[in-house]
Amino acid sequence: MGTRRYILSKVLQALLTLAFVMVFNFFLFRVIPGDPAALLLRGTAAFNPENVERVTHELGLDKPLPQQFLVYAQDTFTLNFGDSFFLKGQDVKTVIADRIWPTLLLVATSTLASAALGLLIGIYSGWRHGSRFDVGAQGFTLFVYSMPEFWFGILVLMAFAGGIGPFPSLFPAGGYATPGADLSGLGHAADVLNHLALPWFVLVVAYMGEYSLIMRNSLIDVMNDDFVMTARAKGVREKQILWRHVVPNAMLPTFTVVLLSLGFIFGGAITVEYVFSYPGLGLLTVQAIDSKDFPLLQGLFLLFSAAVIIANLVADILYSQLDPRVRAG
Amino acid sequence: MRPPEALPTWEEGPPVGTELEPGPPPEVPRNPRQIAWTRRRASWGRIWRTYRKNTLGMIGLAVLILFALVAIFAPLLASKEGLKATCPCNGIPFSPPSLNYPLGTDNYGRSVLTLTIWGTRVSLTVGLFATAISMFIGSFIGIVAGYRGGVSESVLMRFTDWFLVIPFLPLAIVLASVLSPSLGVIIVVIGITSWPSTARIVRAQVLTVKTRPYVERSRALGASGWHLNTRHILPNVGPLIFANTILTVAIAILSESTLAFLGLGDPLSTSWGTTLQNAFSSGAAYAGQWWWIVPPGLAIVFVVLAFTLCGFALDEILNPKLRQR
Repeated sequence: MGTRRYILSKVLQALLTLAFVMVFNFFLFRVIPGDPAALLLRGTAAFNPENVERVTHELGLDKPLPQQFLVYAQDTFTLNFGDSFFLKGQDVKTVIADRIWPTLLLVATSTLASAALGLLIGIYSGWRHGSRFDVGAQGFTLFVYSMPEFWFGILVLMAFAGGIGPFPSLFPAGGYATPGADLSGLGHAADVLNHLALPWFVLVVAYMGEYSLIMRNSLIDVMNDDFVMTARAKGVREKQILWRHVVPNAMLPTFTVVLLSLGFIFGGAITVEYVFSYPGLGLLTVQAIDSKDFPLLQGLFLLFSAAVIIANLVADILYSQLDPRVRAG
Repeated sequence: MRPPEALPTWEEGPPVGTELEPGPPPEVPRNPRQIAWTRRRASWGRIWRTYRKNTLGMIGLAVLILFALVAIFAPLLASKEGLKATCPCNGIPFSPPSLNYPLGTDNYGRSVLTLTIWGTRVSLTVGLFATAISMFIGSFIGIVAGYRGGVSESVLMRFTDWFLVIPFLPLAIVLASVLSPSLGVIIVVIGITSWPSTARIVRAQVLTVKTRPYVERSRALGASGWHLNTRHILPNVGPLIFANTILTVAIAILSESTLAFLGLGDPLSTSWGTTLQNAFSSGAAYAGQWWWIVPPGLAIVFVVLAFTLCGFALDEILNPKLRQR
C-alpha cells in the first residue's frame, strides 16, 4: 500500500470513529430512558410540567429525530454546545476554553516527565532483567498500577499539604494560584509552579510504571535479536550495544505508547485535578457531574474523545513512517 | 512457519509441568462426551499443577480467598447496624483508632472497620458482575467475529475499535451521570465500557483454533456452526477468557472506586469508593484523619494487586503468545 493511500485510509477511519462518537453522544442524551428535558431539570426548583415543556421546545426535542440530529450535527461542527447550567449564562465553548490551559500545563508536562523517567527505568531494568533493580522497579510498577490514582493523590495531599505528623505543610493544598495574591512576572510563575508541584508529582509517579514496563519488555525482545549477537561478536562495547543498537530499536513500541498517551492530555487527570482542586478540565468535569450540567458534559466528552482519536491517528501515521513494515501489512 | 499440526492444542495442555503423578488408573470412558470431559478435567488439573508452582500467583490467590471470606462472612465480623448513621453503637465522630473502634470513626461516628468490611461485599460484587457482563459481550463478539469472518467480522471489529478508542473514564462518567445512580447502573456501565480488549483477544484466539485439523474434521462430519462453537471452539478459547476475566475484575474494581469517588456511586450502599468519597468531601485529607482514608484505599490496593497477580500467573500458563518465550 502506498504511503498516501495508507494515510488516507487512516484519516478516513479516524473520521468514521469521530462520527460514531458524535452519533453515540446524540443518542446518549436523547434515547435514554426518561425525558431529557425532565432530566435536565431534575432536582432543580424549576422542575414542573410547564418548564419541562418549555425546555423540550427550546432544545428542539419536540421535532422528529432526524431533524434533531441535523441541528445537533450543525451545532457540533460550529462548536456550539449551548449554555452551561451551573455557570449561568456562559456558553460551554468559552467555559471549556478557559480551563484548557491549566490542564495542558499540568498534564502535558507531567506526561513528558513520566515518559522520560519511565523510559530510563525501563532501559535499566530491561538491560539487567532479573537484577535487584529490575525486581524492585517491577514491584513498584505493580503496586502503583493497583492504586486508585485519586487515593494516591489524597495520601500525597495529606502528607505534603495537610502537614501530618513529622511532615510540615510544604505545599499549598490546591488551586492554580494563591487567590487574592496580586503577583506578577516571576512571583506569579513561582506561585503557579508551587501549586502545580503536588498534582504533577502524583501524575508523574502514577504513569511512570506503564512506560517503564513497555520499554523493559520491548528492550528484552530486541536484546535477543541476531544483530545484537553480531555486534557483540564484532567486539562492540556493551554500552555502545545498549545505546546505539538496542535502545533505538526498542524505542518504536514505546514511542507509540507515548504518542497515544498524549491523547489523554485533556481528560487524563480528572480525579487528580479534583483531589487538588486544580481548576482544569478534570475539575470542570466533576463540577459538571455534581450539577448535572449535561451540555457541559457533552462538550467535554466530545473534546476528550476527539483528542484520543486524533492522537491515535497521529501515532498510526508517524509509526508507519518510522516502521515501513506496518504499511505493508 | 511451523506446520499447524506442530502447534500445541488445548487438549494436550501446556507443555510445562506435563508430567502426571501416577494416580489411580483412569476409568475407561464409555462415550465421546465422557472422553471430552475426562480430557478437559485433566487439562484443568495440569493448569492447576503449573499454577501451584507460581509463588506470586499463589500469594494472590490466598489474598483473594481471604477477601472472599470477609465478604461472605461480613455479618459475623461486624454488625450491619454499624453502617447506619443513627446506630447507637456509633462512637464520637472523627475519633482516631481506639480499642472499641480499631480503625477510628467517620463523620457519623461509624466504625471505619465496619465500613471497610462491608465495603468488601459491594466492591467485589460490582467487580464480579461487571466483569461477567464485559466477558459475555467480549467473548460473544470475539467468537462471532472470529468464527464467521467476512462482513460480520469487519463490522464487529470496527465497532470494537470504536469502543476501544473512546476514553474509558469519560465514557463511563457520561453514561453513569445520564442514568440515575444505583449499584445495577454502575455494574452495567463498567460492564459495557470494558469489553473491547477481550473481544480482540478472543477473536485472535478463535482465528487460530478455527483452522485446527480437528475442527475441520468435525465440520467434514457435518457438524453445525452451533456444535463447532460450543463443543470445539469455546472450550479451547475458554482458558484464555478465564485469564482475561481475572485481570478484568481488577480493572472493574478500580473503576468502581473511581466512579464512586466522583460521586457517581450508589449513595445507598457502602463500597470502598463511597467511603473514600465521603471522607474526602468531609475534609478528612485536610484534617489529617488518615484512619478514615488509608484502610479502604489499602483494601482496594490489595484486592486489585491480588487479582492482577493471579491474572498474570494464569496468563503466563494459558496465553500461547507468552508461553513461547
